[in-house]
Amino acid sequence: MSAMVSVPTVARIAANVFKESVRDKVLYSIVLFAMLVIAASLLLSQLTAGQEVKIIKDLGLSAISLFGHFIAIFIGIGLVSKEVERRSIYALLAKPMSRTELLIGKFFGLLSTLTVNVTVMTVALVVVLAVYGALTPPDLAKAWEAPATDPRIVVAAFLILAELAVVTAIAIFFSTFTSPVLAAAFTFGLVIVGQFGADLKNFEQVVESAPVAWIARGLYYLLPNLAPFDVKSQFVHAQPIAPSYVALTVGYGALYVSALLSLAALLFSRRDFK
Amino acid sequence: MSGQLRTVPVLLAATALLGAAVTAQVQRDRRFATDQPAEQVLYVQSPDVARRLALSYDVLAADVYWIRALQEFGKARKATPQDRNHALLYPLLDMATGLDPYYNIAYRFGAIFLSEAKPAGPGRPDLAEKLLLKGLAARPDKWEYMQDIGFVHFWAMQDTKGAAEWFERGSRVPGAAWFLKPLAATTLAQGGHRSASRTIFRALVESGENDWIRKDAARRLRQLDAMDAMDELRRIVETYRARGGATPVTWQGLVRARYLRNIPADPDGFVYELGPWSGDVSLGEGSTLAPLPKEPPPRVVLPAAGR
Repeated sequence: MSAMVSVPTVARIAANVFKESVRDKVLYSIVLFAMLVIAASLLLSQLTAGQEVKIIKDLGLSAISLFGHFIAIFIGIGLVSKEVERRSIYALLAKPMSRTELLIGKFFGLLSTLTVNVTVMTVALVVVLAVYGALTPPDLAKAWEAPATDPRIVVAAFLILAELAVVTAIAIFFSTFTSPVLAAAFTFGLVIVGQFGADLKNFEQVVESAPVAWIARGLYYLLPNLAPFDVKSQFVHAQPIAPSYVALTVGYGALYVSALLSLAALLFSRRDFK
Repeated sequence: MSGQLRTVPVLLAATALLGAAVTAQVQRDRRFATDQPAEQVLYVQSPDVARRLALSYDVLAADVYWIRALQEFGKARKATPQDRNHALLYPLLDMATGLDPYYNIAYRFGAIFLSEAKPAGPGRPDLAEKLLLKGLAARPDKWEYMQDIGFVHFWAMQDTKGAAEWFERGSRVPGAAWFLKPLAATTLAQGGHRSASRTIFRALVESGENDWIRKDAARRLRQLDAMDAMDELRRIVETYRARGGATPVTWQGLVRARYLRNIPADPDGFVYELGPWSGDVSLGEGSTLAPLPKEPPPRVVLPAAGR
């Protein structure tokens, strides 16, 4: 395993993954579906009493997050396993690039796809909210906790993207040493467990056994903690989101992704494709 | 080309089959009532469990429970009094606010729904207060919740002392509406007097952060107008009868005798009902202002002089 990583090589692999992902029909249909959900939120909001903007924001951000997760997991686990199944991995590994570069390139390629997706969906959501805001009489709009077009949506979307980066890294990590089905199951499992960070951290409140509480505390630090990436509630209710909170959460995500990709590169470098 | 020839018949056949299926469905629906909605069930009753199940989509799940609560209230309102059931209203509101502790409107509307007197509402001001206290636990600086608790005490519990205490408590929160302090004094001084109610509802009409809350307060004001008008009409009927007016008393008779200019209607346009023998005046059948609130006996506590 080469310790050095060539940035141009990684960029070329990433560009190829991005092109392949964009060509993927499943990807397009998911984006289209997300757009439809956002549009449907306008209809759904008619069922509520004065909470239209909140529900459009909730539904829109949840759709962005949910479809982003599907893309990250299903495309992520296929990045390596598809190459192995098609046997194109031999041709790839024969090229002047290391396995580490291949993995990192694949990661950044999918991350670029996710960035485009999240950006397009966020822009669509902002447009829907702006139209709704413009059509709402000012005296009714006064009742909203936060304005329809709240610039902090960028923070919420950015944290969703950071979470998706972690999920992508998890998917790639598992796909380097197990089958696609198991990789999907493990990734889904970790994504779900990642929402229970607070429970793991405070496990001593539930059990009396000190060793069990320590194990739970250990798992809290070891497993990905994805709950802090979710600031939908703060955004929707105009609650403050401190820049330092965003910086620490994104920093945590970047470090966790680096750790996972390092482990993935290690496992991938030892894998025998004969 | 041959592909096209195959596609068209298949599409036509599929369309015809779908059309036939729809026709069969229409026929079945006409003959058998199979589309009766199942009884509403709340499968998950613990907000903590629901929050864990919802993963990071808890605010969206809260919206779903909130919409269900709205539908539950609307459905009960449209049902006949004997079929009216509000059993799921509080659990649904509890779930919505448990999943999203900042769900402002769920606390505020929820309190209005729950405190609505029977038969139109569940008549549970205790649950309304419990819900608002839960909101206060999440946001202790929300003076609006204190105002609403005061409102529940005043309007639904006829507890003017408790109402004044909550208005007073709300007025001490930085940034609270200016009217809370005088409202506390007025409530305490005038007890269940209608003018105190008017003060509260005018304040809500002017300051209500939500159109629905403003509309509800405006309706309460119209109820108060109707109560005033009914008192006046009772006096007119009494005078008419005392002066030897004909019984049974009718609005037409009172108009002919020039006690009234025209047949009186409440602010929502429903003609008042007049008991032909008793002379009592009440809201007309189907009036959107029904039921009127129960009034406590007037209680006058004058503030001590010189304070």
